[in-house]
Amino acid sequence: MKKTYKIEVDCAACANKMEDAAKRTSGVKDAVVNFMTQKIIVEFEDGQQAESVMQSVAKSCRRIDDDCRIYF
Amino acid sequence: MRSGMPRRGEDAVNRKQKIMLGRIAVAAVLIVGLEFVPAQGWLRFALYLVPYLTIGYDILRKAARGIVRRQVFDENFLMALATVGAIAVALTDSGDYVEAVAVMLFYQIGELFQSYAVGKSRRSISALMDIRPDYANVQRGGKLERVDPEEVEIGSIIVVQPGEKVPIDGVIVEGNSSLDTSALTGESLPRDVKAGDEMISGCINLTGVLKIRTVKAFGESTVSRILDLVENASSRKSRSENFISRFARVYTPVVCCGALALAVLPPLVRMLALGLPAQWSVWIYRALTFLVVSCPCALVISIPLSFFAGIGGASREGILIKGSNYLETLAQTRCVVFDKTGTLTQGVFEVSGIHHNSMEEEKLVEYAALAESASSHPISRSLQRAYGREIDRTRVRDVQEISGNGVIALVDGIEVAAGNAKLMQRLHIPYVDCHQAGTIIHIAVSGEYAGHIVISDVIKPHSRQAVAALKDCGVEKTVMLTGDAGSVAGQVAETLGIDEVYSELLPADKVDKVETLLNEKKSGGKLAFVGDGINDAPVLSRADIGIAMGAMGSDAAIEAADVVLMDDDPMKIVKAIRIARKCIRIVYENSIFAIGIKVGCLVLAAVGLANMWAAVFADVGVMVLAVLNAIRALFVKKL
Repeated sequence: MKKTYKIEVDCAACANKMEDAAKRTSGVKDAVVNFMTQKIIVEFEDGQQAESVMQSVAKSCRRIDDDCRIYF
Repeated sequence: MRSGMPRRGEDAVNRKQKIMLGRIAVAAVLIVGLEFVPAQGWLRFALYLVPYLTIGYDILRKAARGIVRRQVFDENFLMALATVGAIAVALTDSGDYVEAVAVMLFYQIGELFQSYAVGKSRRSISALMDIRPDYANVQRGGKLERVDPEEVEIGSIIVVQPGEKVPIDGVIVEGNSSLDTSALTGESLPRDVKAGDEMISGCINLTGVLKIRTVKAFGESTVSRILDLVENASSRKSRSENFISRFARVYTPVVCCGALALAVLPPLVRMLALGLPAQWSVWIYRALTFLVVSCPCALVISIPLSFFAGIGGASREGILIKGSNYLETLAQTRCVVFDKTGTLTQGVFEVSGIHHNSMEEEKLVEYAALAESASSHPISRSLQRAYGREIDRTRVRDVQEISGNGVIALVDGIEVAAGNAKLMQRLHIPYVDCHQAGTIIHIAVSGEYAGHIVISDVIKPHSRQAVAALKDCGVEKTVMLTGDAGSVAGQVAETLGIDEVYSELLPADKVDKVETLLNEKKSGGKLAFVGDGINDAPVLSRADIGIAMGAMGSDAAIEAADVVLMDDDPMKIVKAIRIARKCIRIVYENSIFAIGIKVGCLVLAAVGLANMWAAVFADVGVMVLAVLNAIRALFVKKL
């Protein structure tokens, strides 16, 4: 299952770091951050609740860069 | 909700930018003012700390947080380390605090510019691509009501007034008008439409009021599909982008280690091996300069921006590129394989002769048109046009389509076979060949040969020009594939200047042929296949890059292709390649320029020729130039 969320991130390097952090979050199969359109596309592993996985994705992104936001 | 969220984000960004601008102004004024204050020693230090903290407190905070979380190698950490280091050197040695504050100041100016320029170009590119209709007019109780297009059910009647966008695909039930399709096709001439015509969403109604019966839901309509495609395009990252993010990951730690070595090794060598004074402060200063240069921002920002601008510029010209990676592949295209019908030729066939007929010409055309009535192939459509009357489908039964051969059907209970020579051979019916070049439809009625109809296709006006222009922009080989007979194919290829022709191919043969061509070609160059999306979806996906032409409304083609040309002008293929090349050239320019300047600065800093001022100017300057250069990818009109 893939879902797209609106994000807010200031710099392209931070966007790359967010992508890495999102990919490493458990329950996430793959993630792509699109800096230009300010979106994150998250592919969840089977049987995962999008809502709860996104909580931890947001948390691990905040660890990397506390200016970034994910709207979900 | 959908439109609400980005707005909130943008406001926050604007507010952040304003605050930053204020901080920059305050810090700049303070620095200049402090030039005239003759304070010395600790007082001087304390005074300069005010502008430093004004401009850099958030960087210091983030750097501290980074250290706590063991995320050391980010640009905040580097800038904090470099400026704190410079202040320490000033405190013990020179008393020149301006440098540290100025470095922080310019760094922040650079960041502000970057966030402004990127935000601005992102919004303007998005606005270019924004063909999303906001509402649909539905007639309810004699009054027009604006509703969310997503709520309109299939089969509803919507009203589109002059100046409005067509929100949903449909058929006109009432009204005449002309349409501006430029947002979809890049074609500036308006198109006239009347009742009964199909309408594609995203066009702008120019003159008359139209009533349209919707045939699709909003989410399935052309406009939604295109938006979806373009918005997701820059998420498919190119190799250059992946390279840069890997490069940035390695570059920063390497430079940091280099800086550490520069600070420690030369003084030790001087002290221990050469017996000279260590000059710690000189070498530490050089190492700090090193750190200022180490931020890879210019690269990391300019490359996705170039691709985004390239995709945006292309979509304004009616060329939809599905990903940054395809832009890269397109730029490396060395071999272009065309499908003939609908790509190089108009695919609008006309009956140009009827020969050896045993019955009246009209009767023969009628049988052929009826037998082929179930097919949407251009040939059967041209037969239907030649027949000229409404097709009564109830007269046709038991239609068998034999792929690559033709059809056999019962028309008024009589068996009619219509197709090429292979069909006649298959049915063991003796037939007469034709001397005229064109597509020959042999017809057998009740197992008896009844004559043939010659249909010929018209070459598109720009095909020849497009083939020549492709050669000019680096394409080494052009190939044409067709299901038609060799004589027609040869004639067309010769007129157009195509290098190789393969004729009489079944749809499956086209895939095999493309496979062979893929194996033959030299490594490095890429193979593009151009088709009209009818019957060639497998080939489109097999080629290195599949280009579908005139695909407005053809879902299968939009799905299978990597590049979708909204109209069917073959010059658009050339344009797509030129856009791709320009974009890739900009990416290379920026990479070489940014890496070159950085390496140059590192060397100069190491030997003591560049001070921190030079370093920060190089850093910010490269970034500004790279961003401006990246935006150039958007301008593709004259390519």
